[in-house]
Amino acid sequence: MSLVIKDLHANIDETQILKGVNLEIPKGEVHAIMGPNGSGKSTLSKIITGHDDYDVKSGTVTMDGVDLLEMDVDERSREGVFLAFQYPAEVPGVSNANFIRAALQARLPDGEELDAVAYYKNLYSKMDVLEMDRKFTSRAVNEGFSGGEKKRNEILQMMMLEPKYCILDETDSGLDIDALKIVAKGVNAMRSEERGFLVITHYQRLLDYIQPDHVHVMSDGQIVKSGGKDLALELEESGYDFLKEGELANA
Amino acid sequence: MSYDTSTIDQETQDAISVDQAKGDFSFPENHKFDAGVGLSSDTIDYISNVKDDPDWVREFRHKGLKTFLDKPMPTNWATKDLENIDFDKIRYYLSDGQKPKRSWDEVPPEVLETFERLGVPEQERAFLAGVEAQYDSEAAYSNVKEELEKDGVIFVNSTEGLKEHEEIFRPWFGKVIPTGDNKFSALNSAVFSGGSFIYIPKGLKVKHPLQAYFRINSENFGQFERTLIIADEGSEVMYMEGCTAPKFETSTLHSAVVELVAMKGAKIQYITVQNWSSNVFNLVTKRGMAHEDAEIRWIDCNIGSRLTMKYPGVVMKGERARGEVISIALANNGQHQDTGAKMIHAANNTTSNVVSKSISVGEGRSTYRGQVHIPKHLKGCKNNTECDALLINSHSKTDTYPAITVRGNQHVTQHEASVSQVSEEMLFYMEQRGIPEGAAMSLAVNGFINELAQEFPMEYSVELKRLVELEMEGSVG
Repeated sequence: MSLVIKDLHANIDETQILKGVNLEIPKGEVHAIMGPNGSGKSTLSKIITGHDDYDVKSGTVTMDGVDLLEMDVDERSREGVFLAFQYPAEVPGVSNANFIRAALQARLPDGEELDAVAYYKNLYSKMDVLEMDRKFTSRAVNEGFSGGEKKRNEILQMMMLEPKYCILDETDSGLDIDALKIVAKGVNAMRSEERGFLVITHYQRLLDYIQPDHVHVMSDGQIVKSGGKDLALELEESGYDFLKEGELANA
Repeated sequence: MSYDTSTIDQETQDAISVDQAKGDFSFPENHKFDAGVGLSSDTIDYISNVKDDPDWVREFRHKGLKTFLDKPMPTNWATKDLENIDFDKIRYYLSDGQKPKRSWDEVPPEVLETFERLGVPEQERAFLAGVEAQYDSEAAYSNVKEELEKDGVIFVNSTEGLKEHEEIFRPWFGKVIPTGDNKFSALNSAVFSGGSFIYIPKGLKVKHPLQAYFRINSENFGQFERTLIIADEGSEVMYMEGCTAPKFETSTLHSAVVELVAMKGAKIQYITVQNWSSNVFNLVTKRGMAHEDAEIRWIDCNIGSRLTMKYPGVVMKGERARGEVISIALANNGQHQDTGAKMIHAANNTTSNVVSKSISVGEGRSTYRGQVHIPKHLKGCKNNTECDALLINSHSKTDTYPAITVRGNQHVTQHEASVSQVSEEMLFYMEQRGIPEGAAMSLAVNGFINELAQEFPMEYSVELKRLVELEMEGSVG
């Protein structure tokens, strides 16, 4: 049972972004992808979740054996893949409580209504983990939220939807250390044998709090190096310069 | 914290929901009186004879016809689609000639079934102080709670109003909206029938809303109700109207005139949820006159019809009078919602507020036309105008024509307008949470109008959200 990406090539317009990505994330594991800006990390998350700006040229993405690339965005979500966005969109006028409820309602069979009382109870308990004020439920989704509030909101949604695979795209960007700890607490509370994580980050800092089982380095649309969690520390020490050296060496 | 609709159980929702599919049915015609096709002075006499009009009303009608025929179609500023109305093919009066019943048990079975399917009797039991249910040209049912009647509230149809209450009716009738105001107010003046006459006595605050429901059943037909509401000094009333019609191949005309008079310190709220089928030309003139310290609020929601032209107005005639228009328009494929507001400041320290939100989907078109008039000799007047348009895709069209005439420098006016779109990123975000495209779209649209929807009484705001959901889900692949 895993999220498997095989030889994935993808373009935006005519530009090649992914040039043969191979990655397998078994349930129960946390994989981190690091790499310089523009290496294709965020693109990978958008392609797994079905953003139509990108054309998949070849390769496959399967989740527990199910072909994700054939499915619509919302179907993929209901199948169990979740993306915590780097830049979550605002949905003016729609309260957080109603938004999350709509997402949960979409997972129920036709004609079945979400139990409102149980829903709010669940919502509040998750908000408590993330130290979120109750007023938050009636605020419009991400509208006027600080960077930290937006990221916490992403984790809250993830906790409420209980996906099989979670992709966190630069969740640490724009967070101070306290907010980072809270977000990590939420993520760690969700770690289980039944769930896989793909954590995309530019900096090692996040991985101090969300300890990965495996670390991959992405560069120019490919995964160029994989290792244990120590790889993240090495990268922190030496930076991504080795990539350039590698290119020079290859040249 | 907001539970929004979760606190409303399914039964209540079902009871109050009126959607377009629900309104799309009709019964065979069963009319005793039919003015026939086309419009002439014989048509006017036919209507006057059937209704046994007093002479002054008959004269009023004939004058209306002359004005209607004299006035050109306003296509110099309005849509050319108006030229597609064939006045010679419309029937101007259809009824069984009976007085409205006071009990649903006495209403003819097909009419009763119609209103039951539309949920009107349940709403009456649940939260209304009085109901008038109009079927084609005349009210089939009209009733007001006994205690209100004892308090002196009058809630009858226009025919009964002008005959039985001439002393109150006549001084105001046609005064807020003169016959010659526009071509369609003239047409209404010629052939009007049905609509409500309401009088609220001094100081009486009516707690529950009064409701009118306008139903068109017949094809090639025009409905021309005429409503006059007078709230005497210090009184308060809320009036709500709803409407539906079956969808016919041929066009249907609905052309109402609604006049409101709020005497010193009185408050009138007039709420419309317009859901005509997409073959209806809805050309309506609505205006209120607010005396000293009085307040008139139009809360206007247009979801249905082929073409709606409607610019509710308030003439603030007394000092410190307040006027407000809150409107929501949804223009889907094949629809044009041409709506707006007219605020005429005619006394010192008067205040007006216009908030308009329009949504254009597919080929749908929304137009906002506003007029704010503050003459030079006045002081201390305030106007706030906000118009926001939401476009759902690139074919949609929206136009804003605000006209703010402010003379003198002792006034405060502000105007804000915005046009926004439901962005791809917003939709992707919502869909990534598992919400299907149609539901995501309607969530976004409901978010856009959420603030205004809360101005509607709860029962109506739920209906509004449901209507928007239905419209949006139907419009997305």
